[in-house]
Amino acid sequence: MGVISQFKSFFGRLFKKKNARIGIYGPPNAGKTTLANRIVKDWKDDGTEPLGSVSHIAHETRRAQCHHRLEIESRGSKICIDIVDTPGLATKIDFHDFMKEGLGEKEAKQRSREATEGVIESVKWLDDLDGVILVMDATADPYTQVNVTVIGNMEARKLPLLIVANKIDLPDAAPEDIKDAFPQHPFIGISALEGTNMETFYEAVAKQFG
Amino acid sequence: MSDIQLDLVSDAKLSKMGSTEKVRYIIDEVRKGKIMVLEKGLDPLEEAKLIEMTMAEIHDDFYGLEIESYPRDDSSSTFLGKLFRKDSGQQKLTVIGPANQLKTLRKDNSLISTLVSTR
Repeated sequence: MGVISQFKSFFGRLFKKKNARIGIYGPPNAGKTTLANRIVKDWKDDGTEPLGSVSHIAHETRRAQCHHRLEIESRGSKICIDIVDTPGLATKIDFHDFMKEGLGEKEAKQRSREATEGVIESVKWLDDLDGVILVMDATADPYTQVNVTVIGNMEARKLPLLIVANKIDLPDAAPEDIKDAFPQHPFIGISALEGTNMETFYEAVAKQFG
Repeated sequence: MSDIQLDLVSDAKLSKMGSTEKVRYIIDEVRKGKIMVLEKGLDPLEEAKLIEMTMAEIHDDFYGLEIESYPRDDSSSTFLGKLFRKDSGQQKLTVIGPANQLKTLRKDNSLISTLVSTR
């Protein structure tokens, strides 16, 4: 991390700037865009912000999407944040996986190309954020390399991180496994789709990034 | 039955390299079909660079990497950890291989179990 970045990070925290830029990160299909859409609907319901499309096929979000100046209020605390919904991070992308989901070969290869570009964009955004909401699928194994890498990057940059276990509405969800895997960071279990526990989530956001 | 090359890479070898050189070396070796076990792994910023550079290489015949390392020690979050730590991004043993040959079966805080197959 460069001296200038450390300098900016230190003074950013010192003066508690109120318009933090927060990235939503996580592996593909963890529910990042569903969460971003939920936040936008809850705090900017004026139709000015386009919502991201969601799909059961991985890598639906292949370009980062920014939602600007969302004012979040929770228990008397008010913060203004820009949300960056990033494409899912991955170390591998096989176009055959898209074909198994019903896409033709040409379309699968195109989606694969766009997905790789999306991952590169996600990594580049790490240099330009004030904090990260790391979304994990509560039904999946939390010990993925993507999770380890994102957490390591936030720790190395000394930036705040909030871990979100999403999909707690599903019967096989095990959010406690995520909490146990990364006990050193604030954690909250939600269902972005159902809107479960969102009040507590916003409280955690205001506390962590405010 | 085809052979699979397994390289155990010492920290002494990798620590002589700059970040980009290190990542380039790993990708080049993995593209040859090698499985690499790094004694001390990469730091978080190098891991991000590895992901970024790997994505730029993905094509019809290369799907990327399988990489697994242990979560970093969280002792830095404690008072004594903060007091005595030398490096916030403590590196851990890491296994890396081509995504079509190396598959992680199980991973937790103390065990990484992988399956290695021929191409």
